[in-house]
Amino acid sequence: MISKNFGRLETHLRDQRSKGKKLLVPYITAGMTPQWLELVVAIAQAGADAIEIGLPFSDPVMDGPIIQKSSSIALERGTTTDQVLESLAKLELEIPLIVMTYYNLVFRKGDHSFSSALSKSGVSAAIIPDLPLDEIEPWAQAASENNIETILLVAPSTNEQRLQDICSQSRGFIYAVGLLGVTGLRKNLSETALELSKKVKSVTDKPVLVGVGISNLDQAKKACQQADGVIVGSSLVQKVLNGAGEEEVFDFIHQMRKGIDLI
Amino acid sequence: MIGKKNLGEMEQKITQQKNASLMARPTEEGRFGDFGGRFVPESLIPACKELEEAFIDAWSDESFKDRYHQILSQYGGRPTPVTTCEQLSKVLGVKVMLKREDLAHTGSHKINNVIGQGLLAQRMGKTRFIAETGAGQHGVATATAAALLGLECVVYMGSKDTRRQELNVFRMELLGAKVESVESGSKTLKDAINEAMRDWVASFDSTHYCIGSVMGPHPYPWMVREFQRVIGDEARAQSVELGIGVPDFVIACVGGGSNAAGTFAGFVDTEANLVGVEAYGGAAIGQGSPGVVHGSKSVLLQDNDGQVTEANSISAGLDYPGVGPEHAFLNSIGRVKYEQVNDQEVLEAFQLLARTEGIIPALESAHALAYVVREAGKQIPTSSTVLITLSGRGDKDVAQVRELLK
Ligand SMILES: Cc1ncc(COP(=O)(O)O)c(C=O)c1O
Repeated sequence: MISKNFGRLETHLRDQRSKGKKLLVPYITAGMTPQWLELVVAIAQAGADAIEIGLPFSDPVMDGPIIQKSSSIALERGTTTDQVLESLAKLELEIPLIVMTYYNLVFRKGDHSFSSALSKSGVSAAIIPDLPLDEIEPWAQAASENNIETILLVAPSTNEQRLQDICSQSRGFIYAVGLLGVTGLRKNLSETALELSKKVKSVTDKPVLVGVGISNLDQAKKACQQADGVIVGSSLVQKVLNGAGEEEVFDFIHQMRKGIDLI
Repeated sequence: MIGKKNLGEMEQKITQQKNASLMARPTEEGRFGDFGGRFVPESLIPACKELEEAFIDAWSDESFKDRYHQILSQYGGRPTPVTTCEQLSKVLGVKVMLKREDLAHTGSHKINNVIGQGLLAQRMGKTRFIAETGAGQHGVATATAAALLGLECVVYMGSKDTRRQELNVFRMELLGAKVESVESGSKTLKDAINEAMRDWVASFDSTHYCIGSVMGPHPYPWMVREFQRVIGDEARAQSVELGIGVPDFVIACVGGGSNAAGTFAGFVDTEANLVGVEAYGGAAIGQGSPGVVHGSKSVLLQDNDGQVTEANSISAGLDYPGVGPEHAFLNSIGRVKYEQVNDQEVLEAFQLLARTEGIIPALESAHALAYVVREAGKQIPTSSTVLITLSGRGDKDVAQVRELLK
């Protein structure tokens, strides 16, 4: 039986989906510019359904050059976990926040302290790409005790059995990795993204979002034909690296919003 | 009634039995005690599992092992000798023997691992062979194996290192490899590993990632140790042939820890004191704390937030902020002692070996030696027998040492 006790993120995404909307979750690296927090607000105002906040890590193996660069800059600026969480705590947004980071930052603080710190700063969920299903405990336990939803990834290489296990363990939504590769800009949406979304949708009624390789509106629209929504990271981060401010960020996300709502 | 002597013997037996189960197979999850595991993105899980299955299958296949040992002997120069150092022993007051990995092809123990992984890549039907390298030793060894086995080869190297080690870049290119300069992060070894992993995430269908030490996600730490255990297995038999039996001390330098793991694997079930020697500026065990990076849980150099920091010593080959998970485990149970030596001690040991024995060691290997020089007559009692793994030769370091001695 499917539990109806969804966390805040999953409840919100299911609600939006049931209104016939496609889901839009932009990503931005915390601390990458002095104004990053204002950019988060702009993203929310532009119509995002949730926002993924990257806590920068020194060795981001799942990320391509753009997010690597934003992470390096953020770290050079002295960004720390505590600072970021303090900043997030001050925000009053209507949409849920997701923190994306690598496991060492979590492990260093301790699973319990980290998840309780997320909770206290108003964060709803976490994505930890180097913490696959096989290593998910003891983090998952600590996270659920602190009402943090742990979003798991499925990849085009994930086999049938694993896919089912991941879908049943994942909270918030299922992150379908669009292609075999790291984050970054791609010319075309990979066929694997559509195939994978379809496969995942057939085994779960949890929201399924495609991430990695969604660089523009066309790709987002195409992905949304199979999936419930998309995660948009590198293309947004690239704009911010190029100097985009609140207005430009708002416009970019707003266009995406309008574009996928037309489907 | 049990006498005191019997009790002593019983304790000894119990220790031996305990030790016999050490350095065997890790758990199914790839754990050595609390350490190890498989902390990689979901995309790579199938690649790790495929590799694990292929390794288990190959390593129990006598024909695979035969081929591996045959190449190591006919091509790689194995077995490498154990040299008794008469002069140095007199100077130090302990009996020093060197396991001569410097005499293996490409000048270090790295060849053992790359031949093993190269054959495994072939067996899995992979046509592309990628690796990370710091100073270039593992890169050169990987390029060598790729040339021998007909694999396409790409080596990732931090841009700081490609500049510091131009000659090794050229060597790899001579051997037909492509060297990719890595500009991200600290532009050194750890970033080269990240970049190789990113390549592998997208390419594992055709590509094998040949990790250079006993680190990374399961099965790498175990597999690389098995491919390096030839060092310890040979040395154990050679110590017996030399009439030493089991040496009192068995000592090796530790960067990621592959030459040490391979050496210790041959002696872990004996009474020998095992000592791993880290560089003072890169001592993950001596100065680090538990953490997760590059696919496994181990100990590493990091700041309060968990950002990985850079190692910095005289020898590029030991400048890795982490260490293999099995070493973290062996340290936690006290079976191996991990010690540190500083750059000055290393430089002195480097010169001492050259003058007394006519052997110029790699700066990495000189760390193991420096510990013995410092502790002979102290932690290492006078007249002890000491086997040191000389992991590589020092030709690559001569120019650097010349500058340092000016
Ligand atoms: C000669 C030599 N010894 C030791 C090492 C350190 O590696 P490990 O600790 O894996 O043996 C290196 C690494 O490049 C090396 O070149």
